[in-house]
Amino acid sequence: MISRRDFLKSAAKVVAGASIPLAAIEILAPARVHALKTDSSIRWAFLVDTYKCVGCGFCVKACKNENEIPYDANVTRTWVERYVLTKDGKLYADSPKGARDGFTGTKIDLGMGHYQDIKKEDIKKAFFVPKLCNQCDNPPCVQVCPVGATYQAPDGVVMVDRKWCIGCGYCIMACPYGVRFFHPKYHTAEKCNFCYHRITKGLKTACVQACPFGARQIGNIKDPNDPVAKAITTERVGILKSEYGTKPQVFYIGLDEEVR
Amino acid sequence: MVHGELWTVKELFVTPNEYIYWSVQIVMYPFMTGLVAGAFVLSSLYHVFGIKALKDIARFALVFSFALLFAAPVPIILHLQHPLRGVNVMMTPHFTSAIAAFGIVFSAYGAIVASELWFLYRKHFVDVALPLKEKQDKTPGEWFKFIIFCTLTLGVYDISEESLHRDEKAIKVLAGLGIPVACFLHGYAGFIFGSVKANALWMTPLMPVIFIMSAVVSGIALCMLTYILTMEIRKYLACRKQSPTYSPECREEIKSVEINVIKMTSRYLLFFLTFAISLELLDLIFRGYTAVKSWDVLRSVIYGKDFTDIFILQYGLGNLIPFILFLTPGITIKRAVIGVLLVLFGVFMMRWNVVIGGQAFSLTFAGYMHYHLPIIPHNMETLKEGLFGALGVFIMPFVLFYFMVKIFPVFGLKESH
Amino acid sequence: MKNHIFRPLWVVIGLVVLILIIRPFYVPKDFGIHERGYMYGWYRKSNIEDWKKVSVKYQGKEYCGSCHPDKVESIDRTPHAVIQCENCHGPALEHPSDPPKLAIDRTREQCLRCHAKLVYPSSGRANIRGIDPDKHNPGVECVMCHNPHNPILEGLK
Repeated sequence: MISRRDFLKSAAKVVAGASIPLAAIEILAPARVHALKTDSSIRWAFLVDTYKCVGCGFCVKACKNENEIPYDANVTRTWVERYVLTKDGKLYADSPKGARDGFTGTKIDLGMGHYQDIKKEDIKKAFFVPKLCNQCDNPPCVQVCPVGATYQAPDGVVMVDRKWCIGCGYCIMACPYGVRFFHPKYHTAEKCNFCYHRITKGLKTACVQACPFGARQIGNIKDPNDPVAKAITTERVGILKSEYGTKPQVFYIGLDEEVR
Repeated sequence: MVHGELWTVKELFVTPNEYIYWSVQIVMYPFMTGLVAGAFVLSSLYHVFGIKALKDIARFALVFSFALLFAAPVPIILHLQHPLRGVNVMMTPHFTSAIAAFGIVFSAYGAIVASELWFLYRKHFVDVALPLKEKQDKTPGEWFKFIIFCTLTLGVYDISEESLHRDEKAIKVLAGLGIPVACFLHGYAGFIFGSVKANALWMTPLMPVIFIMSAVVSGIALCMLTYILTMEIRKYLACRKQSPTYSPECREEIKSVEINVIKMTSRYLLFFLTFAISLELLDLIFRGYTAVKSWDVLRSVIYGKDFTDIFILQYGLGNLIPFILFLTPGITIKRAVIGVLLVLFGVFMMRWNVVIGGQAFSLTFAGYMHYHLPIIPHNMETLKEGLFGALGVFIMPFVLFYFMVKIFPVFGLKESH
Repeated sequence: MKNHIFRPLWVVIGLVVLILIIRPFYVPKDFGIHERGYMYGWYRKSNIEDWKKVSVKYQGKEYCGSCHPDKVESIDRTPHAVIQCENCHGPALEHPSDPPKLAIDRTREQCLRCHAKLVYPSSGRANIRGIDPDKHNPGVECVMCHNPHNPILEGLK
């Protein structure tokens, strides 16, 4: 008899334990979830033309000012990487200060105070690659947030709720692109959000506006008349680290296999 | 300054936002939960499977597991950038995240351990509370004690044979239920790491199993260590001439019991240790054999930059030497102490090599990050996430245990079961 | 006889109920599952509005041109037409009301962002006229000789 009671007790405990999560999330009827998923008419996407990038870093400077990221803090929402491949098959790459001050010399920053000067005769190919949040369709950073402080807005932009973020850093770990960091002032996870306050007002992002060479473009991929959408759908474009299945929405022209 | 910049040194091509964000407290977190789970499993071996040889250590392991339980979330609190918002995990849990389950699994586990303790010590609570209730003009201290123990009885004063028998059954059920929950608690700590697809070193389905095995190893080792310590103190007390309980025979008796328990427990320790090492080596061999894109950088970390940490400190000092110490016949207490200390160190190094090692290379696979543990604290950050923070977390369960023993006496209690 | 076995369970249930009572007071009303479902859309809805409220600092060249049409017109005749005014003059947000707030970047480093010669094939940088910063009048500000609003070499000061 007692063992049955014990069984009931543990069963009740399991039910009670299970009811915490059930009660904690609002259970929605499948029909309602479906209704909520009605497609928004906007899906922001980004196009980077690496041939056009000259590594001036105006985008990084503008981004830091526009989005109030402390200018001298060594973190940034967007950055530019330099790749130099030499004739002996070696890859040299750097992004000092995220290229906030551009690339003004031939020396490659190797970290720990070491620099490598590469003569122009030794260069096989060299180019710049701007990086920013890919606003993935399957953002792993959102998946791993334990409290719902980061999310994907209906128009595809992934954002962080600075009032709800507990600062565990799991999203930073989960991002395969290294776009996330802790904001030096707010101490919450921070990331590029395509200058949400600008794009929702019909403006371009700060980096797109600041780029003198048109290497960066932003558009609505759901609008068939959008030039950026047209370019992405009709030209040959690449994405970064497709192997993670994140479905990035930042597309690149002129990617190289050496781009990380 | 940016969080993480203080202790991170970058080498070669590392992207601007990459730092060692998960530092020593995240090493402590799986280490501490591992100790919790391990200590509980050890106590359950007696309560559920009736392994008599572990009888002496079982009750002790359970109380210690309870003390560890309170210390386990502390590293996380210290690590959080917004510790006060930690409660959000319970309020708006996002269950697609491995961390979200923490609040619930942890509380459920805490409830199980607390209930089991309640059944185990119910008689003791009543024994203490009842005489105090009778007693007239209690001192304030006695009032305090009375209120505490009255609350602890939860209003149940029935200590008849029949009800105690029921307690025993309940303990058995709870201990049985606790094993999977303890494994889950720790297995999912492994899942937190194993499921991060962006991290080439962490992402393996073996991670949760490896974590459980090393958890059991560390839990058993810590219980053995604390058991030896308490027995040594008892021996010391027994041989003090002034002591009223002084008797040389008593001392010899304690010693023989002690060595017996250690012998038995070390067998389980070695069993789980073998299992843990096998899984870790399997993981390593598999990575080398399949050699996917990330292998080049992983190899340079595992066999190069972290060679000392992994092969000398973890496998050599932490695994191989304890094996030799325990397997050589004629084990002594001294040798056992060195053995378990090394095992604990080995498990700690394993956590270290996973957490810090996983951040030792860049997402670019073309750069490295070096971690420099802050030793002298000069601000809140270096205190929390430095040597002193980690030591504080490690000492905490021992302090808690000291106070808990006043409520849950581990030794010298008349066995009711 | 009342069975004492269930006592701990009542305590646990009590705690769970307590959490569930506190929850509605603690969690904002608009927190819930939104468009992208539980996996990607579990958040506080009003945070979207919070982000929209961030102030726009960089106003764009057209905005500058509305007060300084002559400047914009003159630079538009030079290769520097592609550069936003605010890239050198700083974000214009508070400029009309507080003109001294604009911090104009006249440094050599500013020019070197593009004009330090980097011979990088397959990059636009290779096509920009550049100098070797270590050899071309090191330590001297470029604006001593060059006019950024009229950068063609024939127009040297």
